[in-house]
Amino acid sequence: MELGPYLILGLLEGLVTAAVLSLMALGLSLVFGVMRVVNVAHGEFFMVGAVLAWIIANAVDSHPAVNFLAALLLAPPATALLAAIADRLVLKRVAYDPERTIVATIGLLYIIQQVTLMTYGPDARPVEAPFNHRLSIPFVEWTESGMALYWPWGLGTTSYKLAVIGAAVLLLGAIWLLMTRTRIGLVMRATQLDSEMARAFAVPVDRVYAAVFGLGAGLAALAGVLIVPIQQAHYLMGHDPLLLSFIVVIIGGLGSLPGTVVAALLIGISDGMISVFFTPTLAKIIATLGVAFVLIFRPQGLFGRKGL
Amino acid sequence: MTLLSTRGLSRNFGGLKAVDNVDFDLPAGEVRALIGPNGAGKTTFVGMLSGRIPASAGTVSFDGRDVTMMPAHRRIRAGMAYTFQITSVFSRLPVAENVALALRWRTGDDLAATDRQVAEALDRVGIADRADQLAGDLSYGHQRLLEIAMGLSQQPRLLILDEPTQGLADSEIVDFVALIRGLAGDMTILLIEHNINVVMQTADAITVLNFGSVLASGTPSEIRNNAAVQAAYLGTG
Amino acid sequence: MSMFLGSNLRKSWTLHIGVIILLFALQFILPAYHHGNLARIMVLACYAMGYNILFGYTGLLSLGHALFFAAGMYGMSLTVQHLGWSAGPALLAGLAAGFAVALAIGLLALRTAGVAFMIVTLMFAQAGYLAALYFGEYTRGDEGFVIQQSFRQLAGVNLADPTNRYFAALALFAICVVVSLRVVQAGFGRVLVAIRENEERTRMLGYDIHRHKLAAVVLSGTMSAAAGAAYGLLFGYAGATFASVQYSIFPLLWVLLGGAGTILGPFVGTLFMFYLIDLSSELTTAYMLIAGFALVMLTLFAPQGLVGELRRRALRWLP
Repeated sequence: MELGPYLILGLLEGLVTAAVLSLMALGLSLVFGVMRVVNVAHGEFFMVGAVLAWIIANAVDSHPAVNFLAALLLAPPATALLAAIADRLVLKRVAYDPERTIVATIGLLYIIQQVTLMTYGPDARPVEAPFNHRLSIPFVEWTESGMALYWPWGLGTTSYKLAVIGAAVLLLGAIWLLMTRTRIGLVMRATQLDSEMARAFAVPVDRVYAAVFGLGAGLAALAGVLIVPIQQAHYLMGHDPLLLSFIVVIIGGLGSLPGTVVAALLIGISDGMISVFFTPTLAKIIATLGVAFVLIFRPQGLFGRKGL
Repeated sequence: MTLLSTRGLSRNFGGLKAVDNVDFDLPAGEVRALIGPNGAGKTTFVGMLSGRIPASAGTVSFDGRDVTMMPAHRRIRAGMAYTFQITSVFSRLPVAENVALALRWRTGDDLAATDRQVAEALDRVGIADRADQLAGDLSYGHQRLLEIAMGLSQQPRLLILDEPTQGLADSEIVDFVALIRGLAGDMTILLIEHNINVVMQTADAITVLNFGSVLASGTPSEIRNNAAVQAAYLGTG
Repeated sequence: MSMFLGSNLRKSWTLHIGVIILLFALQFILPAYHHGNLARIMVLACYAMGYNILFGYTGLLSLGHALFFAAGMYGMSLTVQHLGWSAGPALLAGLAAGFAVALAIGLLALRTAGVAFMIVTLMFAQAGYLAALYFGEYTRGDEGFVIQQSFRQLAGVNLADPTNRYFAALALFAICVVVSLRVVQAGFGRVLVAIRENEERTRMLGYDIHRHKLAAVVLSGTMSAAAGAAYGLLFGYAGATFASVQYSIFPLLWVLLGGAGTILGPFVGTLFMFYLIDLSSELTTAYMLIAGFALVMLTLFAPQGLVGELRRRALRWLP
């Protein structure tokens, strides 16, 4: 196979990563934006979404499409509820102090991860995709008779992967509308700007915080449900996405929705591209160092105006 | 001899000129009061003197040296002391340790000298009996006195006091005036103060800032009779 | 007042030397299993003490100290394994590696503060861990490598022998306690505490904040590296696990549990957590669950830790 088809393949894989990543990073960014805390357990909510998807799909045990739909509808709200409870029990009691929250969410990370290990076990388990048609992608080549299409071996994707990309676009649009056009969004933005002032205007800040923390976790869980037909559910699967969403949020500028999406595209696609050409370990080293240097030398993010 | 002077000192915050082109001279040994309505730029101005806030333009010289680019901690070591407008003691550390921190860079490992000078400074402001308490457990008035003790213990050539009587009771203010009068002659003092009685009782000279610029400068009686100053104060209430 | 600055000095030296003598005596009493554990705990407590200088005394929360621990461990073990150095020079190589890494990280990460500082240190440590995997040819990655007994000799003493190992661990522990005490009692340490309490006030008392913080990072990193190098040498193994995020979280956990900003807190915390995990791992493979619960409970109910609470309630003079 020539270079061109490799690039297309990298781009497609990258778009799938970017789709999932932007949902997850948006959750992290929302929590930071409104509550000014960093949720280190965010990756575990992604994992819980995926694991719940497997559990729900198995419990329903019907046609793959029905199983998946049930998981898609039930797993994210269940995860959101779990997160809202954690917010009430832990984060609220440390008064959202930034440093103590990080330590507490590290604790939550281990609790969630290890409880999953004790109940769900150490195995990786798949959920069958609701539909999974294989789509070959043509590529052009120059022959003696001019330009012609051909179907290189190995260059292809599935209808499910394209659906993931589409679903992410729809969901991001919905979140954007929620934040900019609804009363809920207004309340959130008011709390983000000045929680004391919001409280004075009778905004139930405590409930907003619990809801935002839940929404953030729900988005991570949604990403987890969408990924589980492509990548199996496993109790340690939250680690890499957490790192990547940190990278996305920091590069995109914390709390900025367009910045998050652009950065997710950038990271997702470059991750797809880099791992086609380099070893994944080297790609991760470059990416983590990149984040550190962005935070040191350009703390407002590459696209954002406000920083940490 | 001029201890401190500024030329064209300015500071912008966004489009706002908090301090605008201030020329200021403070002779050694003087007690100078800096007054002005709220938002006149007093705290920004002394912030630039002490190095907490970088200047947008202009120069600051101290003791004959241009210190405009010198970081704050080196200006302190060159002989400036600064007490904060909002009480800023180390509330979880003992009173004695608060003062010891202020002078230990001079006394170094000499424990006896540290102890003696801590005791002297606390004695001078009258809270020596509270040396072992946590600073946070002191009353507000005593915390302000501790701030001043920390400033004194540095044996500064210039002591900058940012609103030292704010929130003090009347009796405490009387003691404060006596304290400043006792210090006059030992060191140069720049006093930001709202309480005009304190100013009139302690200051050798007064500089009035308004909208970031020097409105007037002179002896207390000159300032009292200055029409522009009266207008500025009456105008803002 | 001289009471405050003077006599507590003697009390705290008496206490800490007493603890070291007690640990010396325990060697003759403890059964082999606990004896081995205690040697391990003392070395890990040195790591925690290094962490405590930065977190407990200076107020800088790093999430990347595994980088320093691993720098010491690999600085020591790689020179032994691939260059055939003997234990003495290899230990120094470990210290030097820790010093150099801490200096570089300090210069970079101290340009940030608060949450950004936490994330930057986390990212650097993650890059370090990944680098240990990437250079698997030399480090053998997560699997790690064993350091042959024949190399584990220091000045003719065989460090693989349990008794010698215990004394070596105790010696390192004693050095770290003495260094920490000296630092905390000296003007330098008091400025670190002042920075933790109120950075801006400390600056306006004439102290160079950046230089003090940098010195704290370097001292903290080098002490952590010493623990890493000693751990590799005494227990004969080096692996990338010690560079992973988990090993950055551990010292935070130990210090929080024992008491941040106390000299003995790190040791007490390490001892407690070690046995907590040791006991629970007999029951379940999910022993990190205990660590998770401990972190949450500590942030909620005892942010001062065990020794910290003791100081707050009874012994105000504890350093």
